[in-house]
Amino acid sequence: MDPTGDLDAVMDLRFAEGRIAAVGEDLAEPGDRVVDVDGLVAAPGFCDMHVHFREPGLEYKETVASGAAAAVAGGFTAVACMANTDPVNDSPSVTAHIRQLAEQAGLAHVHPIAATTQGMAGERISEFGSLKEAGAVAVSDDGLPVGDPAVMRKALEYSRLHDLPVIEHCETLELTGEGAMREGAYAAWIGLPGIPAASEFIAVERNIALAEITGARLHIAHLSTERSAAAVRRAKAAGMRVTAEVTPHHLVLTEEAVGDYDTAAKMKPPLAADADREALLTAIADGTADAIATDHAPHHEDEKKLCFQSAPFGIVGLETAVPLVLDRLVTSGAISLARAVRLLSTGPRRILGLPGGHLRPGSPADITLLDLEATGTIDPESFRSRGRSTPFAGLSLKGQVAATWVGGREVYSRNAGR
Amino acid sequence: MRHLLGIRGLTPEEALGILDEAPRYQDVADQPVPRVPVLVGRTVTHLFMEPSTRTQASFQLAAKRLSAEPLSFVPKSSSLTKGETFLDTARTLASMAPDIVVVRSAESGAPHVLAREIPTAQVINAGDGISEHPTQALLDAFTIRKHLGRIAGVRVTIIGDLLHSRVFRSNARLLTMLGAEVRCCGPPTLVPPGLDRLGVRSLLHLEEALEGAEAVMVLRIQHERMHASFIPTEREYYREFGLTGERLARTDNAIVLHPGPLNRGVEISSEVADGPRSVILDQVRNGVAVRMAVLAEIARSSPRSQRTDG
Repeated sequence: MDPTGDLDAVMDLRFAEGRIAAVGEDLAEPGDRVVDVDGLVAAPGFCDMHVHFREPGLEYKETVASGAAAAVAGGFTAVACMANTDPVNDSPSVTAHIRQLAEQAGLAHVHPIAATTQGMAGERISEFGSLKEAGAVAVSDDGLPVGDPAVMRKALEYSRLHDLPVIEHCETLELTGEGAMREGAYAAWIGLPGIPAASEFIAVERNIALAEITGARLHIAHLSTERSAAAVRRAKAAGMRVTAEVTPHHLVLTEEAVGDYDTAAKMKPPLAADADREALLTAIADGTADAIATDHAPHHEDEKKLCFQSAPFGIVGLETAVPLVLDRLVTSGAISLARAVRLLSTGPRRILGLPGGHLRPGSPADITLLDLEATGTIDPESFRSRGRSTPFAGLSLKGQVAATWVGGREVYSRNAGR
Repeated sequence: MRHLLGIRGLTPEEALGILDEAPRYQDVADQPVPRVPVLVGRTVTHLFMEPSTRTQASFQLAAKRLSAEPLSFVPKSSSLTKGETFLDTARTLASMAPDIVVVRSAESGAPHVLAREIPTAQVINAGDGISEHPTQALLDAFTIRKHLGRIAGVRVTIIGDLLHSRVFRSNARLLTMLGAEVRCCGPPTLVPPGLDRLGVRSLLHLEEALEGAEAVMVLRIQHERMHASFIPTEREYYREFGLTGERLARTDNAIVLHPGPLNRGVEISSEVADGPRSVILDQVRNGVAVRMAVLAEIARSSPRSQRTDG
């Protein structure tokens, strides 16, 4: 299945030296090792462009190795990890360190995203040039959005020098205040301080305006409201270089998932109203959104066991995303399988300038194998991630990751359970 | 009733059952020895994570009049680690095998966490964050019924900080569940969207909200709301929302309730607070009886009484 060439056929893939050597029929040559994946769908390796791996500094939540293991178990051959580590990834040495840790783990490709501003303090922009040279694929102050519009403008202007996308977690912290979930009927009902939808869409609209006057590449992280999606749609129609991602949880759940103060439903942006969810489904179908990204944000169990208001924002997503997309979006008919592969592979790779996203000869032999018929139950105890907090525990989903190949090597197989 | 985590989760029958039982306990106060042997040998732990003088005193008195062993557990909580302290406190408490835990917390949902963490205990919510204060709502409903003879069909107006008020949330649930018609009014900055889900009608102007009311519930305005610019000044609040004699005259000779402590000259005038229609001190009196009824009802479904009763 290659959505870029409208390829959807029963074929052979031949790998050599970590790359796809050929795509076609009866490609086996004497001496080749032949792996029969009859009945499975081979897709270009999935890429999660929004994860938090917590290393260096917060290894008790996640390490690069545990995160990379979770990635391949979830069908992702590549991830891009956010800069809010300790120290913040605002220097080439931290960027290089993360890449080195990923190489040692030898599982998924881990592409660091560097901080937009030094120390993520929102004041002075980081060394985009050196950071890119060290391996950064984008810049973002994810989690601590750039508040000052003048700083944001400078970051966007300067990013053009190296054509780095600026990824922005769009939130107006003053409007969020002490909010813990989406403002609305459910928050009013159970008595939790609300985060208004405007906290997000005002920042989305501001940043799009700044992208327009600077001509820079702006990527909006985790769209969650109807009005944000509409703003991105308008920007694209106007020919701007604006892209966007949506998380599986915002596509599947609403604010009602908070239930009885369930911290597994506490994340930013918060789960929204059903009208927002519907608008996001439209956005992934009509091309307004370019990627599905998980915002995998592992926390220690003790932290997520606190009362709702004290518990940190964030849930894990790497090991639940693909079955959710297959069952809740593809089987349900919201999007086609080809569109899902685009959102999980081609789209994010294009934004970050990564190879792959298609099955053409010469591209990396990074493959996600899907079993569309297999059913599995989400069991946080089986996660490779150190984070366990997910609102999807116990959910039975049809459509599973059968195996994950990176550089022509199988790094995960569902049957082998490794 | 295993726990009382909120009015949410309570059936109308359970709520009415408590209101019907409360007069029995009110009589206890007038006995020569105001004590009945309902909870002999049981511990009632008052876990107050947030300072509260009145509610804690009311619960303690209720427990003592039922012959329970009241225990105060008031951990020092630093603002940095309050959540962690709460979990550790819950575990510490669990090790002591308490019977009934009365919990007050600044965090919405804390009683739910406690009920999950201490499977052996029975939890009574004495106020959690901006979520619920169920015994306050029960004593308010009891007071309304005592003075007006009924709850169904009564026109109640609730005035004040609807955004941050657990008293409002529990009362809105309970009163509408029992058939009252609840209107509410407050500064637009303190009225969250989505209140219709609670079954109440939110009105912009106080005069309209008071028209024909039979009971007016005035909520306490917290000083810190001014710092966060929800209201400009206390003086301005009194001008716009303070319950004065003139405003009370628009009602249908309504009784006046307030959960206390009062901010005279802010949300209510002294004329009204001390006036003939004020039932504020009666609320306090009723509070002890209603809390006794809640404790007794909870104790009936305790694992311990099932063991004893065979």
